[in-house]
Amino acid sequence: MRKPELICPAGTPAALRSAVDAGADAVYCGYQNATNARNFTGLNFTPAEMEQSIAYAHDHGAKVLITLNTFPPSGKVALWKQAVDLSAQLGADACIVADISVADYICRMYPDLRIHLSVQAAASSPEAIDFYVREFGVKRVVLPRIMTVSEIGGLVAEIPCEVETFIFGNHGLMVEGRCSLSCYVTGQSTNMDGACSPAANVSYQSAPDGTLSTRLGGYTIDRFGANETAGYPTICKGRYLTDSREGGYYAFEEPVSLNAATVLPELIAAGVHAFKIEGRQRSRAYVKKVVSTFRSAVDAIVAGKEPVLADLVALTEGQKQTEGALKTKTWR
Amino acid sequence: MTIDLSSSRPSGATGRFPLSLLRSLPHPPLPTFLLTPILKRIAAAIAAENPEMFDRLGPHRHVYFLIDPTDLPVVLYLRPDPDALDFRVLDRRHMPVYAARISGRFLDLLALMDGEQDGDALFFSRALTVSGDTEAVVCLRNALDDVDEPIAESVARLLGRPGKAALDALRRAGAASRNTGKEDNPS
Repeated sequence: MRKPELICPAGTPAALRSAVDAGADAVYCGYQNATNARNFTGLNFTPAEMEQSIAYAHDHGAKVLITLNTFPPSGKVALWKQAVDLSAQLGADACIVADISVADYICRMYPDLRIHLSVQAAASSPEAIDFYVREFGVKRVVLPRIMTVSEIGGLVAEIPCEVETFIFGNHGLMVEGRCSLSCYVTGQSTNMDGACSPAANVSYQSAPDGTLSTRLGGYTIDRFGANETAGYPTICKGRYLTDSREGGYYAFEEPVSLNAATVLPELIAAGVHAFKIEGRQRSRAYVKKVVSTFRSAVDAIVAGKEPVLADLVALTEGQKQTEGALKTKTWR
Repeated sequence: MTIDLSSSRPSGATGRFPLSLLRSLPHPPLPTFLLTPILKRIAAAIAAENPEMFDRLGPHRHVYFLIDPTDLPVVLYLRPDPDALDFRVLDRRHMPVYAARISGRFLDLLALMDGEQDGDALFFSRALTVSGDTEAVVCLRNALDDVDEPIAESVARLLGRPGKAALDALRRAGAASRNTGKEDNPS
């Protein structure tokens, strides 16, 4: 039985150290610019912080995967090339990329630098993945959160590279790397600027009766009752009035997090090479709790023991969790 | 470094923290003039120990944050500017002008500062409310979260043994509160 690597998020150097200390095999993180799909103010790494963080991870036997997982606007690839150069210079263990021009640059300039294909590339068919492996030497593909365990098992057997699947965190089921919903409101591109619902465009308003209104770019996208749990301020997680249903409802997605804890044995049996935890925008407390929980669960399963799964629901969006498409494609 | 509390030293901070006493503080007058100088010195010491944390605040270092423990009669007023640091305890009946406000129960806010709670999770559960400049709040959260020693622990360390005893008692109260879903109700 192959023991999958545990790939953990870090938005700050302190979070990276927390992830490593909690048992991460690898940490993924990015720079403070548009090369990073979590390009949020006050988050991410300066070059100096990245250098120190890579040293910390390597000293503790962990890898660092750098997220260059956005799409350069046409003719403006320089920033992404600089980020690749810097990552190679700093000794990154891999770059996670979405765009073929970035993959091509790494393949030509740094043939020894591993390329992981980001979920943002939305590659889920053997043909698409074969293309990336053949043309750019991609070593691992991060699968979109739209596949069942059975489909993942079939894919592992068919493709010539490693497979990474999400096991916890944000449950974004839009076609990843193609969703432009928040761009229409904020004017910033999720996929090219790396900023979905940037905080500068978000505001909250509490009413005396306890209701909370979430506004994005001046538009109210949800209103939570006094005793209702809340979600992220993204268009895809908002409630809307439509012709097809009475009252406002979650027309795209519900505020809910993926938690694949119960299907870990099946995913390991399917031959998945790496498990990914989402949440680079989250705190060290989240990183520590989620990483340590999944570290002990994976270790237990591989050792043939019953995993003890801590209750992570308090950390989930909307305080709700789902196994999503991993279990069934009709989860809603 | 330890900050001398002199006459402001709290008494009886062993075992359960007497949150009920804090709540029952007489409204007129609140002894905020005693707490503010201590807080300012603590904030200055933490800022001196962690100068890099201000980089994550960007332009938001110049604005005022209101940290509002909704179950206490006071609020905290913070401008995290290393060149003009300001940190005050204010009577909640006289709310100042602020750019961003973070509200929640005292023990939840403490758990955030202690690195034991995730801000997003508290927000999802509606235990934490944010108003005003959301970006400023997110930057402050990220800045404080990137400090190796949790802020609550730094404060306790700077206050010496009484501070550590108080933090231990508050941690126990917080854990009990989270376990039962209830607050440390006054008896």
